[in-house]
Amino acid sequence: MTATATLAPVRTDPTPAADHRARRAHQRRRSLVNHLLVAPALLLSVLVVVVPGVLTAMAAFTDWTGVGFHADYVGLRNFRDILADPVFATALGNNVTWLALFLTAPAAVGLLTAALLLHRRRTRTFYQVLFLMPYVLAPVVNAMVWLSIIYNPNGGVTGALHISSPLADVHGALYAAAAVDMWHYWGFLTVVYLGAMRQTPLEQVEAAVVDGAGTWQVFRHVHLPSIRPTLLLMGVMTVIFSFLAFDYVYLLTQGGPAHGSEVMGTYAYAFAFSAFQFGKAAAVGIIMSFFGLIASCVYTWMSRRQLAS
Amino acid sequence: MNKHSTRNRLNGLAAHVVLLVFAATALAPLLLVLLNSFKSNAGVTGSPFALPKSLSLSNFSTAWEYGAFGSGFLNSVLLTGTTVAVVLLCSSLAGYVLAGQKIRVWPAVMVYLTMAMTVPIQLFVFPLYAGVAALGLLDNVFVVGVILAAINMPFATFLMRTFFLNVPRELEEAARIDGANVLQLIHRVLLPVVRPGLITVGVIVGLSAWNDFLISSTFLHDPSDQTVTLGFLSMNGTFSTQLGAMMAGALILILPVLGVFIALQRYVVDGMAGGAVKG
Repeated sequence: MTATATLAPVRTDPTPAADHRARRAHQRRRSLVNHLLVAPALLLSVLVVVVPGVLTAMAAFTDWTGVGFHADYVGLRNFRDILADPVFATALGNNVTWLALFLTAPAAVGLLTAALLLHRRRTRTFYQVLFLMPYVLAPVVNAMVWLSIIYNPNGGVTGALHISSPLADVHGALYAAAAVDMWHYWGFLTVVYLGAMRQTPLEQVEAAVVDGAGTWQVFRHVHLPSIRPTLLLMGVMTVIFSFLAFDYVYLLTQGGPAHGSEVMGTYAYAFAFSAFQFGKAAAVGIIMSFFGLIASCVYTWMSRRQLAS
Repeated sequence: MNKHSTRNRLNGLAAHVVLLVFAATALAPLLLVLLNSFKSNAGVTGSPFALPKSLSLSNFSTAWEYGAFGSGFLNSVLLTGTTVAVVLLCSSLAGYVLAGQKIRVWPAVMVYLTMAMTVPIQLFVFPLYAGVAALGLLDNVFVVGVILAAINMPFATFLMRTFFLNVPRELEEAARIDGANVLQLIHRVLLPVVRPGLITVGVIVGLSAWNDFLISSTFLHDPSDQTVTLGFLSMNGTFSTQLGAMMAGALILILPVLGVFIALQRYVVDGMAGGAVKG
């Protein structure tokens, strides 16, 4: 009874200083809670990605075998060895080819199909689901399906049509692997481009139609400029992922035959887990990331500009 | 006017033909799987395009047994469940704070997440493998689940943030003034609004964990600890001469994923379109 009696006036008629202190304490507590809410996501990312990433940067200058944690500093030897290796040159060239393929073919198909779906409200979902089916399946499944039933010279489609499997060809293997990856990927671009096109302000489209623009002109002069940020972002992402290509090449060709389809991803992986030269694998990882880092800086800069506007 | 509408209809028809050709391209390899999963090896090598003569299920039991699909499905479910649970919990908490700009360093966190999203796996996988091996945590699906959660975290946080941006600030303040505690605030106000976001992030991250190859094959070596996709992959060497069984194994892996995808396609499509557009 006495407690409530003394508390009540404090609540209704506080001294300004006490009120200020209480609010400051409350804000500090809220701020602490908010920091704690962000912490798990950041900690996990730092522990799994940043710390091992920094270790990679250090390991690239050592002869680390990956077994135990002993390693000797070797300076730039790993980088010198790799740059002198003709297989690395092949791998880098193949990554550039991969980039050229992915910047053109899937982007063109994605843009065409998205444009065709733009005015098809009823069938839009149906087509998008069909296009995305290869995209949601595992690379292992997709690669094994193509390996056994399409590229297989004994019993596959190439066998039935009496053409030799492109996977066995030194110059064809990379394109054969890229074809499977692009087959599984383009539907994703359709969905992304269509999503962006649908954000085009309706007034702009209507204004163009009133001005007498045809379907193609509306697409060319209204929709295409309005999805420019998305096209750029997907382009940057393509640059990053093209230098990291791994799954489909590893599953379909292991970089063969005779390193013909080797990319930097498979080249690094072989150093680590076949030759136990983690130092060299780390050095290749650094080189791969370098291309990604440039693209990533551009990406960060672009999306920050988007956030600001 | 009449001439105009005829032309429109012709254009529409041509568009559908083009779309159907691309749909056929996407589906043809999957139809070949369906067609050949019921055939004997001789039936497949004879002609991969022919219809099966009988609907024998023996290929399916062979694939199930030699691909270790029983333990594989269990491991895949545990791994994917771990990834989805960790991602949903951490990314929704972080997304909530970032959307409300509730901490002063939020722009720095955004820049960090953007950079982390584009860090290649090859830049951290080798020391990570050595560290996990040194701790004796190889061949553990839960550890792989957490690693995949960490890799997916930046993307998931961004997506959750955009969903929290749609929660009106007044709604939260009104609930606070009404005396709702934190749990009530989350349960009654925030959760109903961001539930589609949670489903979207869950299904996209779940699919990427279920389908993962590089991380799981690096960290899971023991056949009894491998995911169902790795079990199927291990059939490749021994069963490359039994194409019917390979196709049956592929079909067993394809059907559940397509089932989940079709059931939740709205969320997948929205997530992909929204995530990329908003960066």
